[in-house]
Formats: sequence, C-alpha cells, structure tokens
Amino acid sequence: MNELAVNARVVRALGMRSIRQTFRRPQLMAPILIFPTLLLAIQTGGAGGAVHLEGFPPVQSFLQFMLAGAMMQSLMLAGNSGGIALAVDIEMGFTDRLFTAPIPRYTIVLGRLAGTAALGLFASVWFLAIGLIFGAEIHSGVPGVLIAMVLVTATAMAVGGIGAAIALRTGSASVVQGLFPLVLVLLFLSSAFFPNDLMIQPAKAIAEYNPLSLVVEGIRGPIIADVDLGELGAAVLAIAGIVALGLLLSARALRHRLRVG
Amino acid sequence: MESAAQPPEWRTNLATIGALMARAKNELLRVPGAAIPGVLAPTIFFLGLNGVFGALTQLRGFTTGSYESFIVPVSMLQGAGFTGAAAGVNLARDIEQGWIDRLLVSPAPRWVLLAGNVLAASARALIPATFVLTIAFLLGASWPGVDGLLVTYFMVAAMAAVAACWGSALALRFKSQSAAPLMQAGMMALILTTTAYAPLALLQPWMKSVAEVNPVTQVIDAARQGFVTGVSWTETWPGLLALLALLAILGAWALREMRRTAA
Repeated sequence: MNELAVNARVVRALGMRSIRQTFRRPQLMAPILIFPTLLLAIQTGGAGGAVHLEGFPPVQSFLQFMLAGAMMQSLMLAGNSGGIALAVDIEMGFTDRLFTAPIPRYTIVLGRLAGTAALGLFASVWFLAIGLIFGAEIHSGVPGVLIAMVLVTATAMAVGGIGAAIALRTGSASVVQGLFPLVLVLLFLSSAFFPNDLMIQPAKAIAEYNPLSLVVEGIRGPIIADVDLGELGAAVLAIAGIVALGLLLSARALRHRLRVG
Repeated sequence: MESAAQPPEWRTNLATIGALMARAKNELLRVPGAAIPGVLAPTIFFLGLNGVFGALTQLRGFTTGSYESFIVPVSMLQGAGFTGAAAGVNLARDIEQGWIDRLLVSPAPRWVLLAGNVLAASARALIPATFVLTIAFLLGASWPGVDGLLVTYFMVAAMAAVAACWGSALALRFKSQSAAPLMQAGMMALILTTTAYAPLALLQPWMKSVAEVNPVTQVIDAARQGFVTGVSWTETWPGLLALLALLAILGAWALREMRRTAA
C-alpha cells in the first residue's frame, strides 16, 4: 500500500473516532445541535416580524433567512467541540501515544478535522431538513442545497483548524471551552442573524468586515435567492482565508507541542 | 451535670442554610473565574441581541423605541437562569464527589439542604444582573425608577431560585454533571419562549401561543415594566404568582428527588 493510502486510512480512523466520541456523549452533541436548534426556533418565533422591516431582503419567511445563521452557529460550535476533544486527548496522553506512532504528525490534526467536517455536514443536513419540514423553501433547489452543504462542511473544517491550533498550543480543554462565548460574539458581530444593513452600530460596522459575514451570505444566498457567483466566490475566498490561518496556527502549535511534550 | 440548652430548631436550620450559602460564597471568592461564564453569557446575549435585533423597534406595535430598555430585563433574567442552572451543575459535582452523601447523613432536614443551594443561587444571580444592567445604562437604557429596579431585582433573584430548583432536581435525578446541557437548555427555552424578543402582538403565531401559556412571560412583563412604561400592581402580581407557582412545583420536585436520593 502506498504512503498516501496509509495516511488516508489513519485520517479516516481518527475521524471516525472523533465522530463516535461526539455521538456517544450527549454533552458534546448538545452545543452542536440542540442549542442552535433552540435558538433558531426562538429567534424565528420571536423576531419573525422583522421581515416586514423596510430594507429587509425579500424572503419567503424569517425561518428561510435564519437557516444559514443556525448552520453557522452549529459549525462554529462543532469546531470548538473538536478543539475541546483534541485538548482532552492531549490531557489524557492519547496524543502523546499518537506522536510516537509511525504516522505523519499532520494526520493527527487532519483526523480530528475530518471528524469536525463530518459533523458540519451532519449539521447542514439537520438544519436543511428542519427548514424543509417547517415550510422553508430552498430557492435555488438542489444546487442550492449542495452549495450550502459544501460550504458548511468546508467552514466547519476551517474553523476546526483554529480550534485544533488552540488545543495544541494550550493543551487545556478548559481554555478551549472558554472560547465558547467568543464564538457567540463572532456570530452576533456578523450578518448570521440579521441583514447587515439593518443592524445597529457598532455591530453593523464590525459585521461588514467580519469574514464570517461573507461565509454566511454565501450559504444564505442560494437558500433565499438564485445562485450568485460573486457571493459564492467571496464565501470561498473567506473560507480559504480561515483555512490558511488555521493551517498556519496548527503547524506552529504542533511544533510547539512536540517541543514541550 | 446539666447539659447546655439546645437552640430552637428554626435557629439551627437557619444556621445550616447560612453555612451552605457561605460555602457557595467561598467557592466564588476562591475561584473568581468560575463566575465569569455566568456574567459573560447574558452580557454577550444583551449586546448581541441589541446590535442585531435593535431595528425591531421600528415595527408598528412595538411598545418602546429603545431596544436596550426592552431587552435588558430579559438578559438579567437569563443571567439568573444560567446562575440557577450552574447551582444544579455544582450540586451534581457534589454528588459525584460524595459531598452530598455526607450532608444526607446529617440531621439537617432535606428542605434546609435544598434551601441553602437555592438561596445561594438567588444571591449569586445579582452579580450578572448588576453587570448587565450597568452595561445597559451605559448604552442608554431608560432608568426604571427605584420601584422598577426593586421589582426587577426581586424577579431576578426569584427566577434564579426557580432555575436552581430545576437544576437541583435534574442533578439529583441524573447524579451527573453530564446533565448540565439539559439544565441550561431548559432554562433558556423557558425564558426565551416568551415576549423576550418582541411584544406579544408581534410574535409569530406559534410563539404567541407558547408565550401566552408560559408563566415566565408574566415574570418578564413584570421585570420589564419599569423600563418601558411604569410600575403598577396590575403588571406585578401575575409575575409574582407565576414565580410562586414555579417555585412550588419545581421546589417540590427537587425535594422529592432529594428524598429519593437519601432513601
């Protein structure tokens, strides 16, 4: 078997392990699915009248508008949970055992990220299903569904890279867990839950420059309207930027971890 | 030789409740970082919701032009919900570590043990509430008046007691900190499926139906009145009644679980 195939098997095995870990522990699944679903229901029911505001983009319903925000919240928390799980592995010595195994170091991080990506994919299916069940239309049909799923999965992996970097750097699950509020701050300061033009300053100004706004617009675009290649390209670029940042931070953190043990 | 007179039972019970509250206070003083999530979460929600949904006040039928004033009592109650749920998580930790077993073999009545945990949560909830309120005033929230402020703080403390009863009952039922998401999600759902985001008339039909039967809607309306209109007994008593009912039901459940644990 060639080296690439062996490494792919390692990544797959570690990815499956991280998925099983998440599904076995309800306390890990709760932030990824239950909280975003609860918030989606509450915000849709509580602030649904917002669609009547002047300047609100034409949408079929507020639920249709909010689906992208719920997916973003879920994938961000999946990335954070992946970081927590990696930090727990470090605390318990599991990562040290992997470091001594004859496998490339990057497969350890990639295995974790594969698990996070799978959770992102699951979250996208979950929220699209919820949307469809409760009457939201996917405006651009099957291509829109596929675009949303791909973007959510890729963003989960990208955000997971940053979570993994922090886990590798600190080796502490409680530090990574402490980032949970930051995830909410980043989301509130993006157009995840409301159109940027209708937000209040200074949140509006920050959201304009927040790369997560580009990602969420890319996911939302095909759900509420036709596919817009410009919007899609901006989302892909933003995700690529987050991936690059995650890779850079992970590589540096991995070197640090190997040095300090 | 004559033995010293025993203090009356009520005084012993009060002393036990005081000791349990002091223990909770010591936890807070020794690990100040532990209070940060409880303070941070409602503050982030307040700032986030205000920045995101602030334009909702432009909708016809909205009862105030200041979303900060409208949402701040909700964030204060949310802080109370988080704090109460945290009391449940702490109790689950005490069960896991065997501390509760030791308390249960003491001659203290069960309700006293529960009251210590619940009242500590009520007192602790005033910290996030004050923090959020300060931020809200800095952002321009209306002054609710002394009576409005007192009503809001009373509602916050009582809501924390409700949340602590809920958290304690779950902790005693599951005997594990793994139940923490259920404690928090339950309180979040209870507080937010109300008139939290918008007045009743502007809610979506399904949410309106839920909010109309959710007793916490009355609590939120009572806590909010000073910030949006003015304090009146008509707006206050339904909130008090709702809290009393919630405390009676959830307190009885928590007590039942404690008796089951001791059996």
